[in-house]
Amino acid sequence: MKAKIHVYLKPGVLDPQGAAVAGALHNMGYDEVTAARQGKLIELDLTGDDVEAARKRVDEMCAKLLSNPVIESYSIELA
Amino acid sequence: MKSAVIVFPGSNCDRDAHDAIEKVTGQKPAMVWHQESELPEGTQFVMVPGGFSYGDYLRCGAMASRSAIMPAIVAHAATGAPVLGVCNGFQILTESGLLPGALMRNAGLKFVCEKAPLTVENANTQFTSRYEAGAQLLVPIAHHDGNYFADTETLDRIEGEGQVVFRYGRNPNGSARDIAGIINEQGNVMGMMPHPERAVDDGHGGTDGLALFESLLGSA
Repeated sequence: MKAKIHVYLKPGVLDPQGAAVAGALHNMGYDEVTAARQGKLIELDLTGDDVEAARKRVDEMCAKLLSNPVIESYSIELA
Repeated sequence: MKSAVIVFPGSNCDRDAHDAIEKVTGQKPAMVWHQESELPEGTQFVMVPGGFSYGDYLRCGAMASRSAIMPAIVAHAATGAPVLGVCNGFQILTESGLLPGALMRNAGLKFVCEKAPLTVENANTQFTSRYEAGAQLLVPIAHHDGNYFADTETLDRIEGEGQVVFRYGRNPNGSARDIAGIINEQGNVMGMMPHPERAVDDGHGGTDGLALFESLLGSA
């Protein structure tokens, strides 16, 4: 099984890297971009085939290490 | 006071911390590798030094804060013993939950390396008692992720409780309310981005960090 974890900054947390990306796109003429947020994608290979059990464990991993709840949120996809 | 300096893979201020502590106490601190699960017997002061533990991968300090020695440091802090985290050490202490908030990428996206003007906001702590309240210091900073963030409620609370210990005179990194260093509610765990251990000898170009170590450890 694979888990894909998206970690992103919470709304309201200033994202200077995203702002720099949006600025660069504007400089290239992509004026339709109104904002950019930069996050992370983490892929895990997992043993086992119980999706619900895996979700619980991966959720724990996110809370304990993969995200910082002060500044970040996350979402999990299992396949 | 018996001291210990924690060493992670990628720490690079551990020897500066060692020398600063030795200069003030006349005693060499124990250098404790992160894979140890206990602090040396009789340890009182723990210093978590600066550097780039685990290459700053994932988030600065994230992996170091989950290393084997950390439960011992958390338990040590819970006894009321002094713990100081500088730079990467500050990041590790916020990641471990010993201090509120988080350190994010500098707002200017650049690594900053300069002597930072600081104001001592709270001289009533065991780390700052030998400074005058409001004293202006020059202490080196060298970091890419020193942008202190906490939600408004937390910021108001720590301001109200006198937990903001140092503030930048000129904000180098976008830190909320110019915060450079904070202390926990109990007053025994402090974290700061500036490097007091790099300002304890005339050879460093300044000695404004010396009083911090003298406050805590007494002069030799």
